Formats: sequence, structure tokens, C-alpha cells
Amino acid sequence: MGKVVVVTSGKGGVGKTTSTAALGAALAQAGKKVVLIDFDVGLRNLDLVMGAERRVVFDLVNVVQGQAKLTQALIRDKRIASLYLLPASQTRDKDALTEEGVAEVIAPLKETFDYVLCDSPAGIERGAQLAMRFADDAVIVTNPEVSSVRDSDRIIGLLDSRTLKAERGESVTKHILVTRYDAARAARGDMLRIDDVLEILSTPLLGIIPESQAVLRASNLGSPVTLNEPGNAAARAYIEAARRLDGEHVPMALPTDKRGLLDRLLGRRAA
Amino acid sequence: MTLFDLFRRRSSAPVARERLQVLLAYERKSRNQPDLVAVLREEIMAVITRHVQVDQDHVQVTMERGETMSTLEIDIQIPNAGAMAAAL
Repeated sequence: MGKVVVVTSGKGGVGKTTSTAALGAALAQAGKKVVLIDFDVGLRNLDLVMGAERRVVFDLVNVVQGQAKLTQALIRDKRIASLYLLPASQTRDKDALTEEGVAEVIAPLKETFDYVLCDSPAGIERGAQLAMRFADDAVIVTNPEVSSVRDSDRIIGLLDSRTLKAERGESVTKHILVTRYDAARAARGDMLRIDDVLEILSTPLLGIIPESQAVLRASNLGSPVTLNEPGNAAARAYIEAARRLDGEHVPMALPTDKRGLLDRLLGRRAA
Repeated sequence: MTLFDLFRRRSSAPVARERLQVLLAYERKSRNQPDLVAVLREEIMAVITRHVQVDQDHVQVTMERGETMSTLEIDIQIPNAGAMAAAL
């Protein structure tokens, strides 16, 4: 029986889709059978980030509405054999998904896959609540920035009240994934520290993804960063986060500032 | 630059942290309640209109949230009974 993990955030643009792709690919690279579901109906993007945009025939809404079979809509990744994608629809009808329909999609996926990763739309609306509805675990993607942290707090509130697990008196296991972390700015005291974020949200940390140009490069190429540049600091951070999500104990290292003393004195920026 | 920054200004992250802690303490408390300010406004208005004629457009509600204390300010313009009598 697989695990359903929702990748969510309150604020948009913090890196949910990138993180879903990177974590999913990392888990699949480690030998797990993984399916990524894009819940962002109307604004799908996970297919693009995964480089599968030209292979979409049927989507989540088609499956929920019975126009296609689940097996017809699943796209198998060309690079990793155990990685699959269920794309979102671009329909404008926001109510195209129903709770019963989503339940009928998730249940069989949970049977065959080790991980069902749900890429949630931003915000606290119906779409986001449907994406988290059946979750066992939640990865809350946060930037070290006030608006992002505040909105994450709202999402944590929803995870504790509106999920099936919460209604049954159990709780969704929550993890914070801090993205776009800039060690130099944190050291200067101009970026919230990881400790601050964790204390404010009182939720354990899954990983710290350093700000990196490799992330954008990977998106541009339609490849998860863990596949595209596995040696990069951001990719390594995602790989370690995926291992932690899988229950492994991996010590947390703070991404450090690589600038030397001379660079600091001259005020040069790290690449 | 970095060296001079140390002298020039206070770092911003601790301020962000403090602001968030205050804000979230409030938001968490009021999360499962209906909009408290709106409810208070309705009820206070109901009591006042029982005794005085009040124009709904001339009511201002502001809330200032502080660390240890908050103030709810409801500013209601009540037509001056004396002035109205004089005008007649």
C-alpha cells in the first residue's frame, strides 16, 4: 500500500511544481514506484516541468469524469521507468473535480505505486483542499519570506482540519521544505533563518533547497533538477529530502555560502 | 559592502520573525471563528440603533493588533440632537 503525499503551500510561486518533480524523480531514481498527479486544474504545469507536455492525451479530469481510463491517462517517464505522471486538465471549469472522483483515482494508484505525489494548486480554495484530502503526508513548500511563512501557517491549519485523516482523528505527517534559501543573506541577517521558520510553524524540516540557477535551467529543459544536474547543491538537497521523506535518517547540513574572504570583502556575489 | 552594512542598519530578519510571531498568534486564535470584527460591528450597531438613528455609511471600524494588547475602534457619527432641534 503506497503513501499519498501532497506537495502544498499557501502562497504561489514558491516552487511546489519544481519540488514535486524533483522529489518524485529522486524517489523513483532510488527505485521506488512513483506517480505524480497535477491537481492544478486550469493551470497545469507539472507536465511542462517534467518535459511531457507533448505527450498529454488524457488528463485527471478525463479520468474523474469517466472519459478515459486511468491507464490511458498515465504518462510513463522516458528517463526513469518507475516514474509516472497524471497531468492536470486545462479546462476552465474549476468544479470539474469531485471528492468521490478523486478518491476513485487515488485508491487504485495507492495499490500499485509506492508514492502518490499530489502537486497542489496554491491557495486555500477547493482545488488545494481536494489535493490534500487523501494525504498521508504533506510537504509544505516555504520560502524564507514573511508572506510565504504566514500562508504556510494557514495551510497547516487546513491540513489539521480538512483532511480525511484529520476528520478520522488521525493526523497528516507534515514536513517543511524551505526553498530558495540564500545562505549569504541569512548570514547577513536579511533572510529569515531556518530555525525561525521552523519555530514559527512548529513543524519539522524535510530539507533546505539553496537558491540555485540549476533549478531554472532544469525547468527550461523539462527535466527534474535531480536528473538534469545531480551534482548540483539544489539537486543534492532534493535527493536528501526525498530520502528523509522515505523514512531514512539523513543528517541535515545547512547549505553554506561558498564565497571566500576576498569575495566577501569585494562584495562579489556567489554564482 | 558587507562590513559597512553591519554598521549602517539593523538586519531585517529578526524583525520579520517578530512580526510573524505576533501575527500568527492572532490568526491561529481566530481561525475557526467567523469574522469577529464583523460580528462585533453588527451587534454594537444593533444596540446603538435601538436608541439613536445611525447612518451605516458613517461608521468606521479599525483594529490595531499589538503584542500584548489590541484595540478595536468603532467610530460612529451620531447626528447631534441639539443641532437638529435648532435647525427646525
